[in-house]
Amino acid sequence: MKSDIILSGVGGQGILSIAATIGMAALENHLYLKQAEVHGMSQRGGSVQSHLRISEKEIASDLIPLGKADLIISVEPMESLRYLPWLSESGWLVTNTTPFVNILEYPDMEEVLAEIEKLPHQIAINADEIARQVKSPRSSNMVMLGAASPFIDIPYDSLETGIKKIFGRKGEKIVQLNLEALKAGREFALEHTPVGSR
Amino acid sequence: MEKLLLLGAEAIAQGAIDGGMSGVYAYPGTPSTEITEYVQHNITAIERNLHRQWSANEKTAMEAALGMSYAGKRAMVCMKHVGLNVAADAFINSAITGVNGGLVVTVADDPSMHSSQNEQDSRFFGKFAMIPILEPSNQQEAYDMAYDGFELSEKFKIPVLIRITTRLSHSRSGVESREVKNENPLTYPEDPIQFVLLPSNARKRYKGLLAIQSLIEQESEFSVYNTYLPGRDKSLGIIACGIAFNYLKENYPSKSCPHPVLQINQYPLPFSKVEKIVDECEKVLVLEDGYPFVEEQLKGFLNINSKIIGRLNGTIPRDGELNPDIVARALGKEVKQGFPVPKVVANRPPELCSGCSHRDIYNALNETMKEFGKQKVFSDIGCYTLGALPPWNSINSCVDMGASITMAKGAADAGVRPSIAVIGDSTFTHSGMTALLDCVYENTPVTVIISDNATTAMTGGQASHATGRLEEICVGLGVKPEHVKVLTPLPKYHDEMVKALREEFVYEGVSVIIPRRECIVQAVAKNKKEKKVKVEEVSQ
Repeated sequence: MKSDIILSGVGGQGILSIAATIGMAALENHLYLKQAEVHGMSQRGGSVQSHLRISEKEIASDLIPLGKADLIISVEPMESLRYLPWLSESGWLVTNTTPFVNILEYPDMEEVLAEIEKLPHQIAINADEIARQVKSPRSSNMVMLGAASPFIDIPYDSLETGIKKIFGRKGEKIVQLNLEALKAGREFALEHTPVGSR
Repeated sequence: MEKLLLLGAEAIAQGAIDGGMSGVYAYPGTPSTEITEYVQHNITAIERNLHRQWSANEKTAMEAALGMSYAGKRAMVCMKHVGLNVAADAFINSAITGVNGGLVVTVADDPSMHSSQNEQDSRFFGKFAMIPILEPSNQQEAYDMAYDGFELSEKFKIPVLIRITTRLSHSRSGVESREVKNENPLTYPEDPIQFVLLPSNARKRYKGLLAIQSLIEQESEFSVYNTYLPGRDKSLGIIACGIAFNYLKENYPSKSCPHPVLQINQYPLPFSKVEKIVDECEKVLVLEDGYPFVEEQLKGFLNINSKIIGRLNGTIPRDGELNPDIVARALGKEVKQGFPVPKVVANRPPELCSGCSHRDIYNALNETMKEFGKQKVFSDIGCYTLGALPPWNSINSCVDMGASITMAKGAADAGVRPSIAVIGDSTFTHSGMTALLDCVYENTPVTVIISDNATTAMTGGQASHATGRLEEICVGLGVKPEHVKVLTPLPKYHDEMVKALREEFVYEGVSVIIPRRECIVQAVAKNKKEKKVKVEEVSQ
């Protein structure tokens, strides 16, 4: 078992919470883990990514080689495309469709979505909308993790445990909201992927 | 023992705490900040009340750590690579004075300049100081090297350098911790003049440092961190330093590398092991993250060892950090990218946060400069450096901590009017105060804008030594009180700011303008915390 995952988004969108949740879940399953994060200047509204590798065997490199990622989880649609050179031919791209527009030259959304649709294995989900529907508007990152969960080789309840551990100190209500968001994301993904393709 | 999930930086902090450290000294700087932050929040460190406050700059940090070592206790000093330039005087001389308690200097380099002005390689500084250098390849080694580093330092009575790079510092993995050691008792150096570098004593101490060079080389020779891994195919040998070893392993899963490999994580270079791989193999590829430090030593000035390949002959790019793909190409392997990046993807550089006070001062500055002309604003290192980018394009320099003020002085000396410096509060107390004193000494016509957001913002909001005492410092240094003006950078005060700037720009002397408003990121975080506290109080 191994999952090489690239997490992407814009500084401040909470990709590190996704990474931490998967990390906790991996630990619970006694898996090896390496997770390279971006700190510093880029966190000020720039593109950010994290390479997350989990495996039952020892992991060598902290960075995923080009063309070897099993999964890209992106909390922002344009950012999901930036890391395509890392995605393997059989890999999945799971992205939020709500754009984060903080640059003047932000491309036309139709074009961005068209590029996402060209990929052989992709799920585009309006995570912000779903987060609002489950009354947890600030948990769109956990909706994204839920949508990506069918493609991560870790039991779903371990991800739930991960959320409890990561958000536990913020109180039971926050934990519940994040769990709801995770579940809603997962359900969307299961409805929108053909059986057998996962 | 306990298994922890730690960043490389955090692993160093935990290793130092468990290794009996009595204090950490540091100024924040990416990618080194998390070491000290970890110590600040660690329970053992709090219980033992280890020293863990920030220092004003890397030089004061280095000197304070040396003082703690003088008193027999174990100390660590941490900084980013360019911080070592600031601390260099104390650092180099600490190898001559030697230590009493173990002293570990941890420096985090930033190849590819993710968050830095250069990508200098601190191993050169370690060699320059003639001290042992440890370069972990993974988080566990980072922990172990910090843990054992104090003993190594005490064994040879000299400081030890731990060098990491961004990738290891900011990558998380499992680390097994070891038994927590006691701190050293307070003891004075046996020789009361050990730390007195008068020439007569310094010459003796330097000879002593030279005399132990062969011993620290022997230490490298037998180090568990320098491993020779035999291989059948001797058409190529590979020397892999620090994190580069991981990228090599990535390319040969299940230990299948057919070539001899020498892993080097401790310096000075282990002579016999290097000699063996160079003798044995037809070519030797050197993989190292940073400058061609090992490669240059092996090639020599006359390039006698033409069989050595790496960054200097183009097998590997001369600049930038390594990754598994660069190493794959150097090994002749094919690298296949998944899908191309579509043309619609636009660049998204970092930017000043919405609501940031620097935005308001730059807006006022830009309007004022319409009257005074272009290219007269010198700036510094911090979030406000982003004012160099559109839409502001407000500043014309960013060189090193504090340089804005002294460069503005030099330009004023050359005739530039007005000559303006923009510097942050924390950068000002780091290295701007002596620069301002130079201006005061000659009453140079400069206007220094200290954009005060009451924090060290770029590195994540660490305490700033300037908070609450900026005006006093400036007046104390000799700036006339009527030319120290405090403004509130908000859009509604735009006209007032423009007026104040204009007045000081035409003044033929030293003036300081302090636009003061809390960093918006910190303000929001504080609000959240207070709200949470209120909610908890209500629900109780």
